[in-house]
Amino acid sequence: MAKVPKPEELLSGISYKPPEKGWMAVKPDLRPGTYVNAASAKWLKFLDYPFPRDWSVADEDWKLPPNWREIVLEGMEDRLARFRSLKVFFDICVRCGACADKCHFFLGTGDPKNMPVLRAELMRSVYKRYFTVAGRVLGEVAGARDLDEQVLREWFSYLHQCTICRRCSLFCPYGIDMAEMTILGRELLSSVGLNIEWAAASVGSCYEKGSHIGATPQAYKDMIDFLAEENERITGVTTEVTYNRKGAEILFVVPSGDYFADPGSYTMMGYLLLFKYLDLDYTMSTYAAEGGNFGWFISHEMGKRLNAKIYEEAKRLKVKWIMGGECGHMWRICNQYMPTYYGQPVDFLEEPVSPITGTRFENAKTHKMVHISEFTADLIHHGKLKLDPRRNAHIKLTFHDSCNTSRGMGIFEEPRYIIKSVLPEENFVEMPPHTIRERTFCCGSSAALNADEFMETRMKGGLPRATAVQYVAEKYGVNHLGCICALDRATLPTLVNYWVPGMEVTGITELVGNALVFDDEIDRDMDLRDRELVYPIVKGEAGEETEEAGMEAAEAPEAEEGE
Amino acid sequence: MDFFKRHFMVALTAVLGLVIIAYVGVQFNLTMFFGVVVPYLAILIFFEGIIYRVIKWARSPVPFRIPTTGGQNRTLPWVERNWLDRLDNPATGKHLLGRMALEVLAFRSLFRNTRTELLRSKEDPQGAKLVHWSYKWLWLGAIAFHYAFLVVILRHLRFFTEPTPGFVQLLDHMDGFAQFFMPTVFISGVVLVLAVLYLLGRRITNPMLRYISLAADYFPLLLILGIATTGILMRYFFKTDIVAVKQLALGLATLKPVVPAGIGSLFYIHFFLVCVLFAYFPFSKLMHAPGIFMSPSRNLVANNRWVLHVNPWNYPVKFHSYMEIEDQYREAMIEAGLPVEKELK
Repeated sequence: MAKVPKPEELLSGISYKPPEKGWMAVKPDLRPGTYVNAASAKWLKFLDYPFPRDWSVADEDWKLPPNWREIVLEGMEDRLARFRSLKVFFDICVRCGACADKCHFFLGTGDPKNMPVLRAELMRSVYKRYFTVAGRVLGEVAGARDLDEQVLREWFSYLHQCTICRRCSLFCPYGIDMAEMTILGRELLSSVGLNIEWAAASVGSCYEKGSHIGATPQAYKDMIDFLAEENERITGVTTEVTYNRKGAEILFVVPSGDYFADPGSYTMMGYLLLFKYLDLDYTMSTYAAEGGNFGWFISHEMGKRLNAKIYEEAKRLKVKWIMGGECGHMWRICNQYMPTYYGQPVDFLEEPVSPITGTRFENAKTHKMVHISEFTADLIHHGKLKLDPRRNAHIKLTFHDSCNTSRGMGIFEEPRYIIKSVLPEENFVEMPPHTIRERTFCCGSSAALNADEFMETRMKGGLPRATAVQYVAEKYGVNHLGCICALDRATLPTLVNYWVPGMEVTGITELVGNALVFDDEIDRDMDLRDRELVYPIVKGEAGEETEEAGMEAAEAPEAEEGE
Repeated sequence: MDFFKRHFMVALTAVLGLVIIAYVGVQFNLTMFFGVVVPYLAILIFFEGIIYRVIKWARSPVPFRIPTTGGQNRTLPWVERNWLDRLDNPATGKHLLGRMALEVLAFRSLFRNTRTELLRSKEDPQGAKLVHWSYKWLWLGAIAFHYAFLVVILRHLRFFTEPTPGFVQLLDHMDGFAQFFMPTVFISGVVLVLAVLYLLGRRITNPMLRYISLAADYFPLLLILGIATTGILMRYFFKTDIVAVKQLALGLATLKPVVPAGIGSLFYIHFFLVCVLFAYFPFSKLMHAPGIFMSPSRNLVANNRWVLHVNPWNYPVKFHSYMEIEDQYREAMIEAGLPVEKELK
């Protein structure tokens, strides 16, 4: 694996000066550290994906099928006919450059082809050459160029330096969305057997076993049971989970990152504590064991093939509705695609109603799936949780809005509302306004790019996010970076460890788990990560203390009348 | 010649070529061609072209509802959504209308524009800080350009109408409020030229913009600059026979074309460039104007979770069923205490 340069080496290497040669003449630089490895044949065979073969990105010969050009062009024609977005986005860009310095990969690499406008132009130039009169006649003068192997390599390189985060689309005066072009471009690459291992292996595992990490049903149960035991050890509360239980009210679906590894696992512990606290009638499935969906990082179709399992399982288990954990791209897919993938009313489920507060989630009337943050915020608003924010007093938090839930859904307030309820007031600070909410910067490793061999580019892509984190760390002493995204929890620790050492990454429900006050708990002198609390709660004096804390929680929300 | 020069020179040559064509044409007395045939043709191409392009776009469906959500979505009733949230993440048709109006009339997204730079300090030569700030100049340039152009076009209606509608006269009056020169200087013309020069200037001077710019980006700017320059020259410096021009314009508008004598070649150059702009419009990036209305990241209500969006080409896909997994792992599942559909025989 390529050695990752030191932060200062990386920083001093960034320059926003374009090369001398015009972009059509510059060949893609595919050196180790700047690409994700090629997908091995076995996954593609397993998924019935075209042209499975073993090849390497570093090779001169990518072993393309002889008629690869026809396949790609036919694929483009087909997608132009199926996606108005692609046609319009290809046709209306004026190259005003508003998107240029909005892309984290451009800001981190300084590579002009990472300006969304030019990344799009890599594909647009081929579209012009083969699908417009001007391009056919005028060629380069019209910004058109032939599709050759260099161009294909360029697509492979730059479409895998886009995390589909849509920051460009927010700033584009016409809403041109690089994400849309990246997904469709990756579909075209897939059609000639060019896939990345990190995506294909995750998809293959998820397809076959149930989750990206390839855990079998029994291993899935084991991992979650272990976290339930951890809960018991730390809080004294048994947070038993039922699996594949028919007739439960709610099917709870989480991204595998939440039960697979730290720090996601602490978020999982938080979920279990919360549900135990509520005595929620829920179950988890070994089949719909993955909320995340790397399939969508390869193609719309593969996204659908993985996503289909969630409704299928909800139907089999005869639950009333579905709840989804903290995950970015899972929720982007839930929001943008899931009901449409299904294609008809999901009438085997009911309109979600919180069994605790009676709130009807009317915004999920069709989708039948509720975000854990919506669910939790509603609970707190109705004063249903006894929370002691002092148990999070050691955590000085800033909140990273995940690109997917921000610009592909718009969930900003709920997590903040929860944070403010479970954290002492002065312990939450925001990063600079241009780097949060809808303008948030991506972690730089999403969209199946969180492979180790891609580390150099990942660290560059994450620079804008890391800089903002560093700012609040230095200015306010922030020591935790909160998020509602499992990919963030998987990738941000690496990123902040590189740029802002000492920073921890946490899910929001983990903080809820810390703050929840159970009647039958043991001495709470540790948080879910086994770190000592600043204000340990020791039984005996706890009577007073918890009551006081409980008062706080009951007063905090503006309890609605008639509740 | 490098990429930039080639693309810039192609555009410049094209515009100069057009000027020469018109000039030479008039010298050869082709006034009928440039005064009547070309404008009719241009208008025809303009409208037919736009309709053709828009229909072509519309023929492709919108399989997924993918609005870019720039504000808090509609969730729980007590979660506050301010007016910008409603417009940037529209939950109803009314909000969507607002979003589109703001986008089309006020360039909302461009108004967000920020600039990011990597600042290096002398004390810490290896370190660098990314700094972001609000940057409205592009928005200002764009909005000045588009509105000035609109006013100029509306003002020109005086040539095509008799009597001139009241609003055009009013516009003339307002546009010429600064009377420091004879004839009255129209502010819109000045703003238009300045805005075009700004847009052109940033394209040429900003290295990254120069790097991405194509002939198709310089050409319309240079063409419009040519139009504005000839128009200004005609109005303020080399007077043309206004009465004759109006006769020609009215003739075109009433479909009774006449070519009066005495119109100078400057007018024909101006008029020809305008015609080219119209004819060029449907085949160029200028289609961003109708295109914004068709942009799926802007023109859809963000209501996916409560209103089903149907994909017309949705098709069934193969997925791994629960039973396939159970069949594969039944024994281990039973051993782990997981419920199964079929017990072991």
